[in-house]
Amino acid sequence: MSMIVRTHIQKFTLSLTTVLLVASSMSALAAASEAEFKAAYAAAEAANKEAGSLRNQWTTTTAALAAAKKAADAGDFDQAVASSREAEALAKASIFQATSEKEAWKAIEIR
Amino acid sequence: MRSAIHSASAAVALAAAVAITAVTPAAAAETPDPAADARAFQKFFTEKFPKVKLQDFVNGPYSMNADMHRQWEEKEQFPPYDFSLEAGKEMFAKPFKNGKSYADCFPNQGIGIRQNYPYFDEKEGKVVTLELALNRCREGNGEAPFSYLKDEMAALTAYMAFTSRGKPFDIKIPNDPRALEAYENGKRYFYTRRGQLNFSCASCHVQNPGERIRAEVLAPALGILNAMPIYRSEWGGMGTISRRFTTCNSQIRGVPLEPQADEYRDVEYYLSYLSNGLPISGPGARP
Repeated sequence: MSMIVRTHIQKFTLSLTTVLLVASSMSALAAASEAEFKAAYAAAEAANKEAGSLRNQWTTTTAALAAAKKAADAGDFDQAVASSREAEALAKASIFQATSEKEAWKAIEIR
Repeated sequence: MRSAIHSASAAVALAAAVAITAVTPAAAAETPDPAADARAFQKFFTEKFPKVKLQDFVNGPYSMNADMHRQWEEKEQFPPYDFSLEAGKEMFAKPFKNGKSYADCFPNQGIGIRQNYPYFDEKEGKVVTLELALNRCREGNGEAPFSYLKDEMAALTAYMAFTSRGKPFDIKIPNDPRALEAYENGKRYFYTRRGQLNFSCASCHVQNPGERIRAEVLAPALGILNAMPIYRSEWGGMGTISRRFTTCNSQIRGVPLEPQADEYRDVEYYLSYLSNGLPISGPGARP
């Protein structure tokens, strides 16, 4: 093997190692933590509580909150955060619905 | 001068007349008028289904077409609610531990009075349904309340409805602003969209009665409570008005309220009032 080829192989190996190291450290950074789950879950719960005060909770919000808790209990915080965010979005949609319906219901009343 | 005053007065009078004309319909629309609501509601359904007699709306989906009506006639020969009705009759007659009975809690010993429920209780300032009155009767006599959804409560209300069969709904709104408010709250609940599917009670039972939702034919809102409680094949058993309201909510992906929540009591008041004049036909059977 020529000197030039050997140098190329060494350089390639080094670069590959660097890429793998960087990728692995990035993946560690991307994984959700328990703290992130707790924050996302609390936000979802607060929004669902507000929907409750408007007497308009959705079953799908309850299901997403339960899924978040289950994933967190299993240590899957990526899934737990995703389900919490879904629950928050659903709860916010139910709040929007209850708020807009305060007047909108009149449009279909039989008179 | 006089002519100018006359012109000015005429202009003011005209402006006032225009203002009154412009304001009156809006103001009238905001003033609750339950009697006008009931007339408009019954007119809506009789015009939508010109072949259905007013009294037949109490048969729900079975009033919607000839095939369904034939099914109902056959079902009524051996009605699936019979066991519950018999059980309810026995339960009603059986005294409580203190020797009193349901008959002691109701006018006319509880016989033939279903058509007067729900009523507005001016002392409490709230609507009282028959299911609520039955549990209050039990608790007042030292007995544990029943579940509002099925079994014993369905049996008791089945028997009480049976003793009122043919009697027209006669729901009163007393001259009490709180009663009118309860009626208006019931109306708002009925028309308000909720749940992830964004349905109101009216989405199915005003806008789409007679249409299918999956395998079910949707019942018209007019007369929908006259047949309660009902045996539903889908439930595989009897269900009360509370069961009907809570399951409607969960079917549209809304979290149901607790049975006999103020909202449910008010919507029962509203719907029953709109069906005034239509006969009690409960207990009923539905697909």
